[in-house]
Amino acid sequence: MALAENSGGGRRGSPFLRHWVIPAGKTAVSIAVTMLGLLFVTFVIGRVMPIDPVLSIVGESASPATVQAAREQLGLDQPLVVQFWYYLRDVLHGDFGTSLLTAHPVSEDIKRVFPATLELATLGTIIGVVVGVPLGVVAAVRQGSWIDQIARVVALVGYSMPIFWLGLMGLLIFYGILGWVGGPGRLDIFYEDIVPQRTGMILIDSAWAGDWSVFRNAFSHIILPASLLGYYSLAYISRMTRSFMLEQLSAEYITTARVKGLPERTVIWRHALGNIRVQLITVIALSYAQLLEGSVLTEIIFSWPGIGQYITNALLSADMNAVLGGTVVVGLIFILLNIFSDLLYKFFDPRAK
Amino acid sequence: MKRREFLAGTAMAAALSTLPMTLAQAATPPNMLVIANRIDDITTLDPAESFEFAGSDVSRNVYGKLVNFDPMDLDAGYGPDLAESWTVSEDGKTITFKMRAGVKFHSGNPVTAKDAEYSLRRAVILEKTPSFILTQFGFSKDNVEETIKATDDMTLVITTDQKYATSFVLNCLTSTIGGIVDMKTVMEHEVDGDMGNAWLKTNTAGSGAYKLISWKPNESVSLQANPDFYLGKPAMERVIVRHVQESASQRLLLERGDIDVARNLNPEDVKGITGKDGIAIDSELRGRIMYISLNQKHPELSKPEVKEAIKYLIDYEGMQNSFLNGQYAIHQNFLPRTYLGAIDDAPYSLNVEKAKELLAKAGVENLEITAGVRDAQERIEIGQSIQNTLAQAGIKLNLVVGTGKQTLSKYRARELDMYIGAWGPDYPDPQTNAGTFAYNPDNSDDAGLTGLLAWRNAWNPGDLTAQVDAAVIEGDRDTRKKMYEDMQREFLKTSPFAIMFQKIEQTGRRDNVKNLNLGGAITAVSYWPVTK
Amino acid sequence: MSDISTTETVGWRAWLMTDAPGSRTQARLASLYNGWLSFRSNPMAMAGLVILLGLLFTAAFAPLLAPHDPFYQTLANRLQPPLSDGHLLGTDSLGRDILSRIIYGSRITLQIVFLVAVIAPVAGLLVGTIAGYTGGWLDVILMRITDIFLAFPRLVLALAFVAALGAGIGNAILAISLTAWPPYARIARAETLTIRNSDYISAIRLQGAGPLRIITKHIWPLCISSLIVRVTLDMAGVILAAAGLGFLGLGAQPPSPEWGAMISEGRKFILDHWWVATMPGLAIFTVSLAFNLLGDGLRDVLDPKSGEGS
Repeated sequence: MALAENSGGGRRGSPFLRHWVIPAGKTAVSIAVTMLGLLFVTFVIGRVMPIDPVLSIVGESASPATVQAAREQLGLDQPLVVQFWYYLRDVLHGDFGTSLLTAHPVSEDIKRVFPATLELATLGTIIGVVVGVPLGVVAAVRQGSWIDQIARVVALVGYSMPIFWLGLMGLLIFYGILGWVGGPGRLDIFYEDIVPQRTGMILIDSAWAGDWSVFRNAFSHIILPASLLGYYSLAYISRMTRSFMLEQLSAEYITTARVKGLPERTVIWRHALGNIRVQLITVIALSYAQLLEGSVLTEIIFSWPGIGQYITNALLSADMNAVLGGTVVVGLIFILLNIFSDLLYKFFDPRAK
Repeated sequence: MKRREFLAGTAMAAALSTLPMTLAQAATPPNMLVIANRIDDITTLDPAESFEFAGSDVSRNVYGKLVNFDPMDLDAGYGPDLAESWTVSEDGKTITFKMRAGVKFHSGNPVTAKDAEYSLRRAVILEKTPSFILTQFGFSKDNVEETIKATDDMTLVITTDQKYATSFVLNCLTSTIGGIVDMKTVMEHEVDGDMGNAWLKTNTAGSGAYKLISWKPNESVSLQANPDFYLGKPAMERVIVRHVQESASQRLLLERGDIDVARNLNPEDVKGITGKDGIAIDSELRGRIMYISLNQKHPELSKPEVKEAIKYLIDYEGMQNSFLNGQYAIHQNFLPRTYLGAIDDAPYSLNVEKAKELLAKAGVENLEITAGVRDAQERIEIGQSIQNTLAQAGIKLNLVVGTGKQTLSKYRARELDMYIGAWGPDYPDPQTNAGTFAYNPDNSDDAGLTGLLAWRNAWNPGDLTAQVDAAVIEGDRDTRKKMYEDMQREFLKTSPFAIMFQKIEQTGRRDNVKNLNLGGAITAVSYWPVTK
Repeated sequence: MSDISTTETVGWRAWLMTDAPGSRTQARLASLYNGWLSFRSNPMAMAGLVILLGLLFTAAFAPLLAPHDPFYQTLANRLQPPLSDGHLLGTDSLGRDILSRIIYGSRITLQIVFLVAVIAPVAGLLVGTIAGYTGGWLDVILMRITDIFLAFPRLVLALAFVAALGAGIGNAILAISLTAWPPYARIARAETLTIRNSDYISAIRLQGAGPLRIITKHIWPLCISSLIVRVTLDMAGVILAAAGLGFLGLGAQPPSPEWGAMISEGRKFILDHWWVATMPGLAIFTVSLAFNLLGDGLRDVLDPKSGEGS
């Protein structure tokens, strides 16, 4: 954003160059190098795995001739470097190849599975932020009080719970017994394929189409897994908020503000919280990035066709096109979120200027 | 910089953030069949390539075949489908099919002998995995022009390289690879001479009861009824198969009426819902067999006494009555029950004393072996039970659990001492199992006959190989039956395979669903007779 | 000298609490003691410590504590509920005593925790301090590699590693370490950068100390306290990650009573026989919680200012 605004400004000479162009160039190079490294490591892993990708396609009873034909068709008879080169070339042309497992182009698969994860991770993060930040603030303001202790326990329990256990129990209680939420899957069957697919995120697509019955149904399905993920990020976010706040609250300007007679609410929520927003956004971005990797176990238990399950299945069958494609997407998001928080620092943190 | 554990825990805020919302629907719509199943094994829908369970479930309902099974009477064996009748030549090598008139593909094109010719030739030429089912009759890329031939629009003639039992040939044509595709539609989608393979992987062009609406990998398969199906329009307008991995999840969905059928319930969940209102449980014998095998390269495991001893060290009864309860039945022969020539002999049971005697006789002490197991729950439990009983006779068994592909890779490379595996028949003829368990024409490493279970275990079945060859060309049904029975009795004594169980598929369904047939031991599920 | 026996404890305490330590050792011990005092006043952290000591005790005396052989199967006696005859926590699908399995499983958990706690921070420390101290192209290369590993979807990395080397607890530990080291490298590098230019290090450098000596003798000790806090807080994640690999069948091999594998086995019965999965789940929960409580307390003592995110 900053780059675009400034580039038209026609500020001559070096400050602009020094502040924006060179760092941007450096950033671009570092992204490229990291992505390349990521791809190469994944590629090598795929090749050293003692799983024959051909087996996934041809099955148990294939004749040697069939196996050989499949191997040649996949280009597996070529040297590793050559294979990597071909792969890179295709990727640069936007072609991630075809998945062996699903027989669909990887890009198409990712377009299908990633929105599912994105939707889940976003809602999870929203829950984590909406509950976690106030909890952390209150815990910091009332340091040592019972509410601080409760917040601590809530967070630590979040850190310490095996999610698959919790997921199955949650499903049993809220779906099986109480019937408050929808079951495994993203929608009940009869709501499927009703709203046109625009983003692949059903909540958004259904709201867009104005079909609120689909929206309600989708919401009833997503709320339980999202709450589970949200609880995890809540645990993390509330702890971080608390310690950032503690640091701020002991700072001089807060004392000054209090002395000046500003209402306590303004002091805490405007000044102190305002000052930690950058750190907080970094934390939130990180926890978001983590949820975007896809939580395989949550996805398995809730039959959620997301990217975590997709990559795992692909990996276990040595379906390397799919693994590489998934890794690129997840890796890129992580890197971008990282850069995003770095930029924020630059923008808001006086010391970095 | 904080990126904690990816498999992290999270939790109960669910309660806080969830407003009560009751689900409107208590049941699925009356003209829709909703099934929960594991469909992650589908990698292609092309009948010339499809070879897995969930794929053949789709194929059976989409593609018609020359000959087929009537789901309401599987015991009758194959009968006419797209071929109305057939005749066999004097020498037994040529079969002439007369096509059924007036049948149309989903595209509206008529089904002709040309389509059948194209479909079978295509399966041979593409050389995909299941192609051996056809090429074992001598068809090859080079001779299909002569051996598979439509002499006119309504007549198809196929000629095998030698005389085979007619039932063998026709049984093979009932398998998925015998599906007849719409030549015109498929060729419109041909890319680089692939005979439409890339397109057919994810699309269908058949004449069966249903047509494919969508296949979302690891998510769902949706089928739409074909109103022009030659046996009449199916009652279920739509069939949706949804991928649900966990048995517990399937059970909850079924209990709440969000699905009609749950196909992967484990014994505990079956027990849990038995007798509940509105739910019925079906048990159907399937063709899959569970076995352990011993690598004959191992100096001790190749001793006849050791092979026999291990067969006495398996707690068949205990497993059948506990964690396999209701889903596997003891079966110690390589042909599944209901197959021609199947026998029920079950001479082995857990007998530690006898096994100890046998081991002492062979002079074997402190034996330590490693077994490969796939990471499927029931197999891991079987593995642990065997580990336990072998230990009682002083044999130490190490289990190495791996993913399916990993374990299989080692097994095919003859690297495992022991393998705990399952085998499902490829087509409904005794040859399918005889030809892999008891057949190994060349036991050398170089032969690379990785498709044969006998070869994978480095076992030379001796004269059984010749007996298998003889049985496929025996035209007389009773003689052929007798041959398989004899083979199995010899196999039971001498082979390094301890065959343990045959699969029983337990299906949970809402009790208003009627006439759902899974296909028994011989074929796949049929949706068209289903009513609600 | 003569009446030292009566004042011994007091004397020690005074020695430790002195404002003017007489030797370097005394100063170090004194600061440790002070830390311990403030740690002890935190009941939650103490609870964590007690639980972990309990875990150690359980692991050490497993054969004496376990009422049954953890591998002994009785198919006829499977899936018994808790408090049934002779099985306090019930039996599993193969009729094995769950309590005994959990007790023996504590050994595996300890093994995982110990090894990961040794491998990952040490690797991170090495990479981070070398990169931070030497700077230049080595820094660039090492940090780029760290970034690559950070950007990797962790599950892909761990799964790929285990899949490549074969399932098993040893490989699972290595895989988890492999995914865990990059954050430590980042922390160690950041700390090194702040220390590197301090007067204290310049002084040592002027005295002629080589880089190797400076890194090992002067930089490492300063990085360690923040790493210890991080490691303790991460341990819960490590246990859960191992359990997760066990859940996917890639961790400990049967019949090993690893807790994650036990949950995985038990999830099959979760609707009707809840205890099979819940008991090991509670065990994991308790130990993870203990590590978190301990880590929280340690942070207050060792690293009071830096907070949780560094």
